[in-house]
Amino acid sequence: MTTLTINGTTHELDVPDDMPLLWAIRDIVQLTGTKFGCGMALCGACTVHLDGEPIRSCTTTVGNAAGGKITTIEAMKEDPVGQQVQNAWLDLGVAQCGYCQAGQIMSATALLKQNATPSDAEIEDAMTGNICRCGTYNRIRHAIHYAADAMQEDS
Amino acid sequence: MTESNDSLMIANVSRRRFLGGMAGASALVLAARWDMALASDEEKQYGAAGMPGGWVDDPNVFIQIDPDGSVTIINHRSEMGQGIRTSLVMVAADELGADWDRVAVQQARADQDRYGNQNTDGSRSMRHWYDPMRRAAASARMMLEQAAANEWGVPASECEAGIHEVAHKASGRTLGFGELAEAARELAVPERSAIELKPIEAHRYIGQEADPVRQRGSGSIERPMAIDGEEIVEGSATFGADIQFDDMVHAVIARPPVLGAKVASVDDSEALKVTGVEKVVTLDTNSEPAGFKPMGGVAVIASNTWSAMQGRDALKIEWDMEAAGDNARYNTDDYRQALEKAAQSPGKVIRSSGDIQKTLDGADQTIEATYYMPHMAQAPMEPPVAVVRLRDGKAQAWAPIQNPRAGREGLAGVLGLDKEDVTLNVTLLGGGFGRKSKPDYVLEAGLLAKETGGRPVKVQWSREDDVHHAYFHALSVDRLEGALDADGKAKGWRHRTLSPTITSLFQEDPEHKGGFELGMGFNTMPFDVPAIQLENPEAESHARIGWFRSVYNLPHAFAIQSFAAEMAEAAGKDHRDYLLELLGPVRRIDPRDFGDSWNYGEDPSVYVIDTGRMRNVIETVTAKADWGRDMPKGRGLGLAFHHSFQSYTAIVIDAEVGDDGSVTIHNADIAFDCGFQVNPERIRSQLEGACVMGIGIALHSEITFREGRVQENNFHQYNVPRMEHAPKQVRTHLVNNDPELPMGGVGEPGLPPVAPAVCNAIYAATGKRIRQLPVNDQLAG
Repeated sequence: MTTLTINGTTHELDVPDDMPLLWAIRDIVQLTGTKFGCGMALCGACTVHLDGEPIRSCTTTVGNAAGGKITTIEAMKEDPVGQQVQNAWLDLGVAQCGYCQAGQIMSATALLKQNATPSDAEIEDAMTGNICRCGTYNRIRHAIHYAADAMQEDS
Repeated sequence: MTESNDSLMIANVSRRRFLGGMAGASALVLAARWDMALASDEEKQYGAAGMPGGWVDDPNVFIQIDPDGSVTIINHRSEMGQGIRTSLVMVAADELGADWDRVAVQQARADQDRYGNQNTDGSRSMRHWYDPMRRAAASARMMLEQAAANEWGVPASECEAGIHEVAHKASGRTLGFGELAEAARELAVPERSAIELKPIEAHRYIGQEADPVRQRGSGSIERPMAIDGEEIVEGSATFGADIQFDDMVHAVIARPPVLGAKVASVDDSEALKVTGVEKVVTLDTNSEPAGFKPMGGVAVIASNTWSAMQGRDALKIEWDMEAAGDNARYNTDDYRQALEKAAQSPGKVIRSSGDIQKTLDGADQTIEATYYMPHMAQAPMEPPVAVVRLRDGKAQAWAPIQNPRAGREGLAGVLGLDKEDVTLNVTLLGGGFGRKSKPDYVLEAGLLAKETGGRPVKVQWSREDDVHHAYFHALSVDRLEGALDADGKAKGWRHRTLSPTITSLFQEDPEHKGGFELGMGFNTMPFDVPAIQLENPEAESHARIGWFRSVYNLPHAFAIQSFAAEMAEAAGKDHRDYLLELLGPVRRIDPRDFGDSWNYGEDPSVYVIDTGRMRNVIETVTAKADWGRDMPKGRGLGLAFHHSFQSYTAIVIDAEVGDDGSVTIHNADIAFDCGFQVNPERIRSQLEGACVMGIGIALHSEITFREGRVQENNFHQYNVPRMEHAPKQVRTHLVNNDPELPMGGVGEPGLPPVAPAVCNAIYAATGKRIRQLPVNDQLAG
């Protein structure tokens, strides 16, 4: 049995240690906000936070995630920065199909937690691993600045 | 309910009733719809009426009002990011007079008999459904007004629906929609001729747009009206991949590496040892043509996706490549060379005016160029996925699918059931772009549902599966020749286009593009040149060819818009001025005069080819982009326009080419004319997204085949745009928002002019002409 702590809840899972965290989250715990896009850490759709760091859950094994604090998109509405990011996404109408946006929001939230006022270049660095096939990048970039501004106003 | 007339058919349909609410009992009611079968053969139907299933405008089908006043709009078109679930609801809410905060949307199942056409492609949803949805909602509003009139004992003409209530002006009495719902349910649907539509200026949602920047105050709504927005950002929106059942099993399939190859033998002993793997099933390879049929292969069924994938890795499969025939020798490098050779010789003449050969022979100057666009995969972020449960002779399915009818009837086919015994629930689509128009992945789940003892089975495609087994955008070669006189004026234009055709999915060895493919910007080429000859030489197909957002408009626009720029250069003239000269005087051309009998299915007397609207978008976009200004070294502006899906797009790209050959897109200005606009904010988002996708087509995206196998595997080899490839700024300029203009499409027409505009900008920046896509490292060194 492996113990995973996801969004503050402890889960005892009977899965092999080499199972990617993504499939444990989706198929076993059945939290489906975290998406499968490539399986090779190339697209970012599966991004979650492990001890606050953005990671690709499709290439992080359950064994490597055990013992850490895993945070998924489902917890972002309780997260002060995550809330600002979600709000910016809605205000600017970022999403089109929406499939990649959980991963985008997780990457953007991790960025803003480390850097409250990122430049365009810093945003590109942080977000280059997140593919959006609908092409919402301009609004994502804009929304990250927008969320950063809102955080400044609130503080 | 309304009575019948000659062109109206009354059908018995069992379903939940309008106004009865979500808890209402199923009832046998009458649904009225125009029946296509009643039209005479000579009377060709256009628009929604010409589509399978036609249109439906019965309020009982699309609108439910609960006693508590909550309004539910049934949306029967597939949502893949274009925003139709929001936009059609805006239409219904406006015409009904519903308060947006009390409106919800419910996705329709696959049922074309009930809802009318559901095939969400061709950029048709709004242009075909604006009118029927308005009529349905207006009918419901009139029924609510009649119910109030009955309640108060006054004429209906004295009762008027406001916002979510009906008022009697003389007495000041009001009743809410919810209070009227039960009485209204018993009333007849108004005759179609009696339906009163609201004037455009009475709309509260249609045409409204939140200010897309942080500053507020200019728009009358506070944020974009995204009906699924909150669920998307919270991770609770349900895509096809998100369907879960406790007893569900998961399957992945090892498909034939070459189209048509068969399983010769399989050793599944190691696969069955993988923890969680339950079963291995060999699927038949269907004979060509490929159609929408599953490809065959070997499926591994397991308790979770990871186990299924590991089991698949452990399979030892021998493939019978002989069964694949010529497909096993398909090599895109060789194929391209063969098409380029064929482009040197005449082909089937599609359109001809003047004497092209004489004009070319006698010209002061001639130029020629050959353009190449590779295969591409749609690669929606959600790879194909579907869930099917087969129990007691009935199938329940869940899938992200653009063509629900094809999925439902295809499932009925593979399961040997009547379609009435197949329920297909349409989830949100994590992108479509044409890939999910083909239900092969849904049918795979149907085949495997026969193997799981009544448990639901989810077929999950990996990204490699998606890249290897897309329905590929057709590789294309386009050769153009131009004749110019001493003043640089265009006198002759010959265009030969060569590609495999999508009709190869459905018939053996077609050699020419179909009318719907030629009609995508090839035979509709609008330039006013004395001698024009358009030819389509033969081309074979050796892979599954399918729709990719904007389809054959992509190569046609790339070639035509690049070549027009090359002619301008040869003539020593400004590209914008030369384009306008090529277009000539304002003309409204009947597409049939160009030999196009398709016209995207629209009435050619209504939807004409309007060179005035072309000129307008070109003039608008060049003015907005400050065309003609001096640019820094290594940086240039590129222009292109295209008419497709009954809309007009022009784009100016501002690109910089670095010393290392890398391309940075600084700005994109896009002028767009789709006629009347329902949801301008979503129109802008579609244009922005199309711009990014088009940049990827120009710079990065390519699928190649060797010995029938796709050489790219995942996003490290099949490159799609990332944030750094997007323009630093995209500005969209929407023009001609005129309710009198027939609606054009939105989802696709933004895409075709992007790649040629990028390449024209690269030329302006560097003097290097790109004729082969993608650019990749052609600019290095």
